[in-house]
Amino acid sequence: MEEAVTSAPVAHAEHTVDRIVVRFAGDSGDGMQLTGANFTDDTALFGNDLSTFPDFPAEIRAPAGSTFGVSAFQIYFGSDDITTSGDAIDVLVAMNPAALVTNLGEVVPGGLIIVDTGAFNEKNLNKAKYDVSPLEDGSLDAYRILEIDIQSQVIAAVEPYNLGHKNSLRCKNMWTLGLVLWLFGRDKQATVENLQKKFASKPDVAGANIAALNAGHAYGETAELPSGIEVYKVPRAKMEPGLYRDINGTTGLAWGLLAGGQLADVDLLFASYPITPASSLLHTLAARKEFDVTTFQAEDEIAAVCAAVGASFAGSLGITSSAGPGIALKMEAISLAVSAELPLVVINTQRGGPSTGLPTKTEQSDLLQAVYGRHGDTPLPVIAASTPADCFDVAIEAVRLATRYMTPVMLLSDGYIANASEPWMIPDMAGYSPFPVTFCTAPEGFRPSNRDPETLARVWAKPGTPGLEHRVGGIEKSYSTGNISYDPDNHQKMTDTRKAKVDGISRDIPEQQVALGNTTGKLAVVGWGSTYGAIHQGVKRCRQDGLDVSHIHIRYLSPFPANLQELLSGFDQVLVPEMNTGQLVKILRSEFLIDAVPLNKVSGQPFKIREIINAVKAEMAGN
Amino acid sequence: MNQAVDTLTIDDFSSDQEVRWCPGCGDYAILKTIQKLMPELGKTRESQVFVSGIGCSSRFPYYMNTYGFHTIHGRAPSIATGVKLANPELDVWVITGDGDALSIGGNHTMHALRRNVDLTILLFNNEIYGLTKGQYSPTSKVGTRSPSTPEGSVDRPLSPCAIALGAGAPFVARSIDTEMKHLSAVITEAHTHEGASFVEILQNCPIYNDGIFEQVKDKKIAPDFRVEVEHGKPLLFGKDKHKGIRLNREKLALEVVTLGEGAELADLLVHDQTNLAQAQLIAAMQGPDFPTAVGILYHKPVSAYVADLSDQRLKLREKRGAGDLGKLLRTGHTWEVK
Repeated sequence: MEEAVTSAPVAHAEHTVDRIVVRFAGDSGDGMQLTGANFTDDTALFGNDLSTFPDFPAEIRAPAGSTFGVSAFQIYFGSDDITTSGDAIDVLVAMNPAALVTNLGEVVPGGLIIVDTGAFNEKNLNKAKYDVSPLEDGSLDAYRILEIDIQSQVIAAVEPYNLGHKNSLRCKNMWTLGLVLWLFGRDKQATVENLQKKFASKPDVAGANIAALNAGHAYGETAELPSGIEVYKVPRAKMEPGLYRDINGTTGLAWGLLAGGQLADVDLLFASYPITPASSLLHTLAARKEFDVTTFQAEDEIAAVCAAVGASFAGSLGITSSAGPGIALKMEAISLAVSAELPLVVINTQRGGPSTGLPTKTEQSDLLQAVYGRHGDTPLPVIAASTPADCFDVAIEAVRLATRYMTPVMLLSDGYIANASEPWMIPDMAGYSPFPVTFCTAPEGFRPSNRDPETLARVWAKPGTPGLEHRVGGIEKSYSTGNISYDPDNHQKMTDTRKAKVDGISRDIPEQQVALGNTTGKLAVVGWGSTYGAIHQGVKRCRQDGLDVSHIHIRYLSPFPANLQELLSGFDQVLVPEMNTGQLVKILRSEFLIDAVPLNKVSGQPFKIREIINAVKAEMAGN
Repeated sequence: MNQAVDTLTIDDFSSDQEVRWCPGCGDYAILKTIQKLMPELGKTRESQVFVSGIGCSSRFPYYMNTYGFHTIHGRAPSIATGVKLANPELDVWVITGDGDALSIGGNHTMHALRRNVDLTILLFNNEIYGLTKGQYSPTSKVGTRSPSTPEGSVDRPLSPCAIALGAGAPFVARSIDTEMKHLSAVITEAHTHEGASFVEILQNCPIYNDGIFEQVKDKKIAPDFRVEVEHGKPLLFGKDKHKGIRLNREKLALEVVTLGEGAELADLLVHDQTNLAQAQLIAAMQGPDFPTAVGILYHKPVSAYVADLSDQRLKLREKRGAGDLGKLLRTGHTWEVK
C-alpha cells in the first residue's frame, strides 16, 4: 500500500503526555467532521478516554475560504478520565487561513499547528483578512508550525485513480488524518474499514481515500520534520473492563427511548418537525422502524406534539422533540396533556436563544421555560442529561416517569451533548428493571377519573377496549367522574391533585448524590445538564489543590430529589455554573431560600475547565 | 358490556351528558343524525373515536357514547392523526367548525387532507364564531356585522370544499344540518371511504348568524338555490327541474341554463365525482348567481397514509427482522477493555 514511498522511516523524538486536545479545522466542505469522527474511532480503539465536540456553522455550504464557513471538530483524549472536550488546543490542524485565524486564539503557547500551505494563497488570505501571510510575518513565532503543501502531496498520492484535480483534492482530509494518526501512534485500520464501507459502491473513491490516508501516515514516518515536532505518546486510560463503543447524545437519546419503550412494553410514536439541533433524533429513530417506533414528520411543531398526545390517548407513548423555539410552540398542547393526564415525553435539545438565536451553538437557557413556561398551573417533571452516555439512561427515565405518572415529562438536552461523543460501556439490558404499563380493561367500576392511590396517576384506558368508552378533554374534569365540571371546589381539588401527583415523584427518584467530594463542606458547585464534564474536572483539580469543594449535579430538576435541600444546607457556599443568565440558581434560591451564587456563560460554547477553577477559587477566596 | 353490534341502537351511542347547545342550534340535528347512523354503520362503540378542537361544534364528542377527545383549538386533525397512527384499527372522526378547521387550524386541516390520513372530518360551517359570542369567521360573507366588525367584514371568505379539494382531499362532500336523509347518506359514504374524507355541513347558528342558509334549506325556495349532485347524473335543479348547469368550454366556466331556452338536457354537465377540475368548479358555485351544490362533490380513492406506513414497516421487518436492542447497541465500532 505504501509502495510510492521509498524513503525509510526516520527516527523521531517522542513526547509523553497525559491528555491532549486536537482540533481539526477547515472549510465546511473539507470533511473535517468525517476526519474527526474517524480519528475518534481510532483513538477509542487505542484505548484512550476521550470526549469530542463538533463545532460547525449554521450555513450548510458557506462560501469556500470564508471565516464564517469554518467547520471544526475537537477531540480531547488522554490516559486520565476525560469529561470535557478540552479547554485550549494543543494541536491545531488548519486547512486554510480562515481556519487558522478563527482558531488561533485558543491554541496554547508552544502548541503545534499543522497548516496546508497549498491553501495559503492570496485569495484565501484575503478572505481571512490577512494582509500578509501569517506564515511569513513572524506572527506565529509563539507556536510550533508544521507547514506542508498537503494539496500537492494528495494529488501525487491519488494520481493512479484518475479522479481529476477537484476530486483528488477532496482526499486531502484523509491525507491529513493519516499524518495525525502517525503523530499520535494510532492504528489506521479502523479508518480504512470505515472508508471501504462508506464508499463500497465507489471502489475508486475508497481506494483514493485510503491511498491518501496511507500517504499522510508515511509522510510522517519518513519526512525530515523540523525540530520540535515530535510524536506524542498518550498512554491508555484505565477504564472499567467491558465492551465499549463511542456514543453521542442524539444516539444515546434515540436508543434510550427504544429501550424505554421495551421496558414499558409500549409502542412509541415519535412526532417531530425539523429544527436544528434536534432533527438528528428524528433521523436516528426514522431509521429504526424494525423496532416498535413509528416516526411522524408533522407539518409544524404544534402538529407534532398534538400527534404525540393523540397517540398517547390511543395507547402508544407519544414523544415529541425540538429545540427552544419549537418547544414554545408546543406548550399549549403540553398543557392539554397535563390536564387530560396523558403520558408524553418532550425532548428539548437546547440551543442559543432567544428567537432563532444561535441554532448550531449550545446553551441551557430553556430551564425556566421547561419548569414554568406554560399557562395555568401545569406542573410536570423536568429531567436533564449530563453527558452523551447519560442520555441513554435519562431517556429511559423519561419513559418511566411519563407512563407511571400519566404525565408529560420534559427532557432537557442541548446542542453540545447532542453532538459530542464519548466512550460508553455498552450496558447489559438485563440490568434494567422493566416497568410495564397497565392498561385498564375491566369495565366494573371504571371511570376515566380513577387514580392509583399511591402515584395518583390517572387510569390509562385505550380506545378499542369494550366497556371503557369515555371522553377526556381540556375542560376541567370532575375529580370523581371525569365529566366536565365548573365547580369551584372541584377545580381547587384537581389543581391540588395534579400538583401532588408531580410532587410525589420526588419519593420515586434516587436521592441526590454528590458527584465528587464530601457531602458537607465549604463550597458545593451545583450544576445540571452538559456542564457536568467541565464542573467535574474543575472541582477535581481544585480538590487536588486542597480546596474543600464538592460537585453536585442535578438530573431531576422538577421536582427536586427529596434530600436536595438538606444536602445543600451542609455547605457554606453554593456556586451554580450555567450556560444561561442564571436559571437553576433562581429556582434554588426561591425553593430553598439559600444564598446560591451564579456563574454564567452564554457564548454558545461550553464552559472551560479553567473557568470553573477560577470561579471556585474566587468564590472561596472571597469568603 | 360486549354487546353484539347488530343489537346496538341510537341510545347505545348517546352518552349520559346533558347536551348544552343553544335551543334551535343546528348541532342538535347533526348529533341526532350521527347517533342514529352509528348502529347502521355496523361498528362497535369502542372502535369509534371522536376528536374535536374548540368551538360549539367541538363539544360534540361529550355526547357520543364512544371514545372521545375534546382537545385544543384547531388541532383536532393532528391529534386524530396521532390516534390513527397509534391504532389504525380505530375509526377516527374529527368534529370541527369553520374557525377551528380553517382559521387557527387551517394548516392541520390542509396537511391531514393532503397526507390522506384515514379520518372522517366533519366541518360544521355556521360562518360565525359562536362560542366566543359572534365574531365573524373565515367563511363569513363580506359585510358580516359582528362585534369585531361593527361596520361589516371586508375580507373575503374562503370555501371549505374548495380548500379541501386544493389540499388534495380524495373525498369531499357538502350537506345540510337538518336534512337527515341526505346527511346520513353523505356521512355513510365518507365513513366508508378509506383515506381522508371531508364533509362540510351547512349549519345554522340561531343566535349569531340565523338564517344564512335559508335559501338552501327552506323547502319552498331551496330547489332554486341548490343542486344535488349525483355521480353520472346531469346537474339539474329548480322546482320542476327545468334549470341546469352547463360548461362553457370557451370560457372554461360554468353557467346556469334553462331547459328549452337554448339548452337541452344533453347539454348539461354530467357529474363525474372522479374529475377534480369539475369538482373545483362545482364546489365554488354560490348564490346569488349559482345554486349551492350538495352531495359528494369529489371521490377518488388513493392509497392512505397510515396503511402505506404499515406496508413500509412490514417490508422493512421482513428484511431486517424485529428490532433487537442488544444488537443495535453493538452496531458499528466496539472495543473490549480488559
